[in-house]
Amino acid sequence: MQESPKYWKGIEELENSPEFVKNALTEFADFLPVKESNGSADATVAPRRDFLKLMGFGIAAATLASCEAPVRKAIPYLNKPEEVDPGIANFYASTFFNGQDYNSILVKTREGRPIKFEGNPESPITRGGLSARAQAVVLSLYDGGRLQHFAKKGAKIDKDQLDQEVRNALAGAGRIAIVSPTIISPSTKKVIADFATRFAGTEHIMYDVNSAAGLLRANGGVLPAYDFSKADVIVSFGADFLGTWISPVEYARQYITNRKVSKEKQTMSRHFQFESNMSLTGSNADVRVPLKPSEMGEAVLAVYNTVVGGGSASSYTDKRVQTAAAELKRAGARGLVVSGSNDPAVQALVAAINQNLGSAAVDVANPSMVRQGDDARMSRLLRDISAGQVGAVIFYHANPVFDHPMGADLAAALKAGKVRTTISLNDRLDETGELCTYAAPDHHFLESWNDYEPKRGFLSLAQPVITPLFATRQAQDSLLTWAGNPTTYYNYLRSQWRGVLGGDFNKAWDKAVHDGVATGSASPAPVAQVAAGLDVNGAISAIKSAPKASGIELAIYEKVGIGNGSNLFANNPWLQELPDPVTKATWGNYVTVPRAYAAAQGWEQGDVVKVSVNGKSVELPILIQPGQATGTVGIALGYGRVKAGKVGNELGQNVLPLVAMRNDAIVYSNVVQITPTGAKSPIAQTQTHHTIMDRKQVVQEATLKQYIDNPKEVTEYEKISTPEGLAKPNKVSLWQDYEYKNHHWGMAIDLNSCIGCGSCVIGCQAENNVAVVGKQEVINRREMHWLRIDRYYSSNHHKTEFETKGKLDTYAAMEDPSENPQVIFQPMLCQHCNHAPCETVCPVLATTHSSEGLNQMTYNRCVGTRYCANNCPYKVRRFNWFSYYSNEKFETVNGHMFTDLGRMVLNPDVTVRARGVMEKCSFCVQRIQLGKLEAKKQKRRPQDGEVVSACAQSCPTQAIVFGDMRDPNSRISQILRREDGERAFHVLDSINVQPNVTYLTKIRNTESSEFNA
Amino acid sequence: MQHVSPVREPLVTGGKTYHDVTQDVSRQVEAAPNIRWMAALSVALVLLGVFFYSVYRTLWYGIGEWGLNKTVGWAWDITNFVWWVGIGHAGTLISAVLLLFRQKWRTSINRAAEAMTIFAVICAAMFPVLHMGRPWLAYWVFPLQNTFGSLWVNFNSPLLWDVFAISTYFSVSLVFWYTGLVPDFATIRDRAKGPIAKVAYSLLSFGWKGSAKHWSRYETVSLILAGVSTPLVLSVHTIVSMDFATSVVPGWHTTIFPPYFVAGAIFSGFAMVLTLMLITRVVFKLEDYITIEHIALMNKIMMVTGSIVGVAYITEFFIAWYSQVEFEQYAFINRATGPYWWAYWSMMTCNVITPQLVWIRRVRYSIPLTFVLSIIVNIGMWFERFVIIVTSLHRDYLPSSWVMFSPSIIDIGIYVGTIGLFFTLFLLFAKFFPVINMAEVKSVLKYTVDNGPTYTGHDPHHHTPQPATTHGVPASASVNYDKHD
Repeated sequence: MQESPKYWKGIEELENSPEFVKNALTEFADFLPVKESNGSADATVAPRRDFLKLMGFGIAAATLASCEAPVRKAIPYLNKPEEVDPGIANFYASTFFNGQDYNSILVKTREGRPIKFEGNPESPITRGGLSARAQAVVLSLYDGGRLQHFAKKGAKIDKDQLDQEVRNALAGAGRIAIVSPTIISPSTKKVIADFATRFAGTEHIMYDVNSAAGLLRANGGVLPAYDFSKADVIVSFGADFLGTWISPVEYARQYITNRKVSKEKQTMSRHFQFESNMSLTGSNADVRVPLKPSEMGEAVLAVYNTVVGGGSASSYTDKRVQTAAAELKRAGARGLVVSGSNDPAVQALVAAINQNLGSAAVDVANPSMVRQGDDARMSRLLRDISAGQVGAVIFYHANPVFDHPMGADLAAALKAGKVRTTISLNDRLDETGELCTYAAPDHHFLESWNDYEPKRGFLSLAQPVITPLFATRQAQDSLLTWAGNPTTYYNYLRSQWRGVLGGDFNKAWDKAVHDGVATGSASPAPVAQVAAGLDVNGAISAIKSAPKASGIELAIYEKVGIGNGSNLFANNPWLQELPDPVTKATWGNYVTVPRAYAAAQGWEQGDVVKVSVNGKSVELPILIQPGQATGTVGIALGYGRVKAGKVGNELGQNVLPLVAMRNDAIVYSNVVQITPTGAKSPIAQTQTHHTIMDRKQVVQEATLKQYIDNPKEVTEYEKISTPEGLAKPNKVSLWQDYEYKNHHWGMAIDLNSCIGCGSCVIGCQAENNVAVVGKQEVINRREMHWLRIDRYYSSNHHKTEFETKGKLDTYAAMEDPSENPQVIFQPMLCQHCNHAPCETVCPVLATTHSSEGLNQMTYNRCVGTRYCANNCPYKVRRFNWFSYYSNEKFETVNGHMFTDLGRMVLNPDVTVRARGVMEKCSFCVQRIQLGKLEAKKQKRRPQDGEVVSACAQSCPTQAIVFGDMRDPNSRISQILRREDGERAFHVLDSINVQPNVTYLTKIRNTESSEFNA
Repeated sequence: MQHVSPVREPLVTGGKTYHDVTQDVSRQVEAAPNIRWMAALSVALVLLGVFFYSVYRTLWYGIGEWGLNKTVGWAWDITNFVWWVGIGHAGTLISAVLLLFRQKWRTSINRAAEAMTIFAVICAAMFPVLHMGRPWLAYWVFPLQNTFGSLWVNFNSPLLWDVFAISTYFSVSLVFWYTGLVPDFATIRDRAKGPIAKVAYSLLSFGWKGSAKHWSRYETVSLILAGVSTPLVLSVHTIVSMDFATSVVPGWHTTIFPPYFVAGAIFSGFAMVLTLMLITRVVFKLEDYITIEHIALMNKIMMVTGSIVGVAYITEFFIAWYSQVEFEQYAFINRATGPYWWAYWSMMTCNVITPQLVWIRRVRYSIPLTFVLSIIVNIGMWFERFVIIVTSLHRDYLPSSWVMFSPSIIDIGIYVGTIGLFFTLFLLFAKFFPVINMAEVKSVLKYTVDNGPTYTGHDPHHHTPQPATTHGVPASASVNYDKHD
């Protein structure tokens, strides 16, 4: 076999070295260079694969790192508290009182956060009603302006150290004064009394910004309790009892009880109001007579002369005072005179008139407690402080530097160190607090236990509904601690109540905490000194000798929204933006002037004038106020705060230094000089057109006589011609009617019961997370309130003049309100039309009709064309012009939507609306759903009264009734049946949008209605 | 060289030949931009900057930057929208309706008028989008399939009809305009020297070769588009008017609105065409193509439509009185005598009284007067929309909600800005596109010269044809009754 020739690949193969053999077995001749073979074996050069590996790892790591799952802070309850279920609200009864008006409340909490107040129906005093101020106070709990720790000279200090220092200071202080507004808590008073026994020389001085010292003095130290429901003739001399005077929520309910009319009850009280400024009460009066503050005494005297007789002749000549007096006399025990004057002489005469009448509406045996301030003692104290005679002062919720007429003197004394030890228990470093050495901030009342006795025999409790948010301490605990009492205020309170609640204490206590109210009294029965103590002759001579004013008189009043301007109100954006019921102005105070005066001076609204008395002055814009008494101007107190917080500072000016002091009593009026400054400052009003322009389709009213004569004729119904004759517009329609198979929600608003107080506006705002927009945006006419109260003044001119004067001139004349107009209030909200004009025009179906009659707004579908708002005849739709919860322009006024702290107040059931979407009243659909679900769980239909909108809930006069119109037994169905063809009417019936909101015609107890001339 | 007909005025003056037409029109496109154009563009760009700034403020902060409020939800935005849409009417009317009516005089102005239409509609379209609270969701107004469930648009809403009307109008106008441009682009392409111009105009001219087939199709498409556009002239503003007419707002809820709005739109459109033409013919030296006769004719249309509008104004008042509806009556009394009386009387003066001056022949044939008049009409028509929108809204049913409206600086900025946008587009168009339809103008040249146009450019000064008899005048030629004595 021939061997084939062998070829070698090279000399290496021929040699067949072991190295060659080894290499020949591998696929490649040499190892692939793992390292980058750039000629060097430099270890610092990263090999390609390593680089790729590292890069891959790096990218993966970076990606993973940036994909970190968001940290969710929701922590499940380890032990879920009983009765706390996420998503389900709990209600706790409590009480709100801060020297203004007493409100028994139910606190709605969600997941432990108080988010809204509702009226407590168990309370025999407020009976489920709430004032706008009380409604808004829930926001103050989350007020970032509260002092969040104990402080010494503004710097944080340890609690124990403060206690130590304060105790030492108090021990050698000598004369100690505790200054507070009216305290109606029996236990707190006891704490203070204990404190006074521990530190001899302690005196407790109460003063009220809205002082009723004159009334107290005239009635022998007690504040009569009034029951307006027992009065058929009410004559009020400057008492704004529906708005701000003493106990407006209670009075409003009583007042309205005797004002509601129906087929069965065709009577109503007759209300005369003599006042300088147009107040909420005056705007509800049947007869309103403007008068100067200096004429008040003489006017009361005129009534006295007619009713009682025997006084010296009155110089007040207005005939209406005689009418009032005559009617009072005829009413006898069903008559009532009240006066807001702080002059004991005037109040003595008022008391004498009531006594003579035997008025059933006045109760001095079980008096009211809500005003106990003593002007004279307070003035004395302030003088003593200035004189350096007081060793220590404790300011307990009192801010006299701001809200006492002599505040400037006090500030100077405190700054000069005239008081060695000054302690503030106020919730923030306010005008007074910041001048104090020590600050031991009190809890918010929602964090505290407390009791109240607003009226003798009626007790009320406050319970904490949230753990204290800040390192504060309840003021009573502070006082107890300093007095060396180791017990907590809670135990102290309970032991106090042991003496009041009889029987099984624990059971009674639990019931009292549950109900929020109890009967029984912790105070001794008052000594009825009235009969003996009235010095009528002295009073008459005091009135006769009162200095006769000449010139422009300033009448100082309280605004319904801001009240006394205390911390809880002043720094509250809801209240600052609540339109004043009468002027419709927000954010600040102003000088209300009669139109004739402004015209004579050539002033326009918004011109800034300087109002001065004895070298003290304020500079404020003027607001032309129909009904303002000739020769007077009005300014609201409670403004001009500088240390209230971000919201409340620098709004308006403080008018209190301008008051007159007479015999150490505050007189809320004075003779002033007014000079124009040439400056202008626009007033933020939510309504700038004031007359109804004779549009009977909008609002209707009639007199009681007309109603009694024929209830069928008090309301004018728009009729249209059909082949079958005249018919209501809704009988003819191009549209198909909706069929409501289950519920059909509706609302009835009784214009006769609505007093315009604005409580519903705030109730709605709290319930529905309605944004606050601030002064400039209100001036731009962009307030967001879903529910507003339209206020119309009557005009002297009417359509009847078309023939004689021509349309153009008449219409122009109709724009001017009368000099002393009648007023009507009309709550206006989404009418939930069955043929809604907004629904047809939305290009994207963002607003649609529900199967239960609601006109619903789908926020996240809305693109914001605003066509719906244009096409809404009621102009109730509100557009989110800006991002109110994130645009820094709104951080001050709408701060509660910006911070974690503030956001706790938001209702989690209601979306916070984004920029660019439309919003409006939803009939509180979340409350409807809740009611339906509750009923469904119990396998039944919702009962009437179970589903109530926030506005209806908060209405102190029950003017708003909400319910299911398909339920024939519901209250609303009954009202609609009863009032059909009589008082029930739809606003703008002729355009046939068929609203689900029905109004009831207002009835006035007057000879004529100026609206229907 | 031009023959002057004894029976009618020439449509093109100055004895232009076909070559002259090409030269005169293409010169603007081919020459370097002149200083006046540059200056005008600079101004327009500044205004465009204002537009962008105002839009930025609106988009970033919200509609709150405008002067609107709770009662007046539309004001300058929709005023401007309707105003621009109205202006956009003349283009289609001139090209479509006048084409169908064989009004040959339209040929010199239709190109620019259509361009104006398109730019005006672009400006108009800014407002429906910008006035939305959430413009980034503007596409929700289209009936698009979506993943949001069973969401659909609301076919009851006039705003939705607007979407269809405006978008249809815009697309048809655009196609119509572009179709007309194709032969002229080809002319410019053929003359182009620069490489960029060559490529650009090649692309723009879609390979037009000028073959008989091309021309035949061109004519057919033009006619079809004219047929399609003609109803749009009526429909667009009819539907825009329904934004108001279908509402319940007194002063809006009026059945007369559709014809009244259409007349108003043509009125304002012609005014704007006049404004632009009077400038363009001077700036680009096109006096021979846009002659005084054109101006006089357009003046007449303005007068007719202005009179219709005037009658409509009066009819509204009559109906308000006749209806005896309280709110309606007040709305109109308030218009004329309320706080916005000045807006109403500006509108009446500008729109009703001024156009009547056109009855006077001297006014009709005066270029400065016509220019002033056209500006006045533009202002008047803006006020008309302002009056309708703002004075109706600011005092409607409930006196409690009566307010005043005043514009914010951003409102003004956006309006002025759209004018900048419009003129930027128009100036760019005037520079880079043939502003006169060369092809169609050439087709009317022969009506005015004796032996038909000459194909080679020759010196007109040496050879001036004498006027000839009227033989050869087609029966369809337009007859101008406005003849000089």
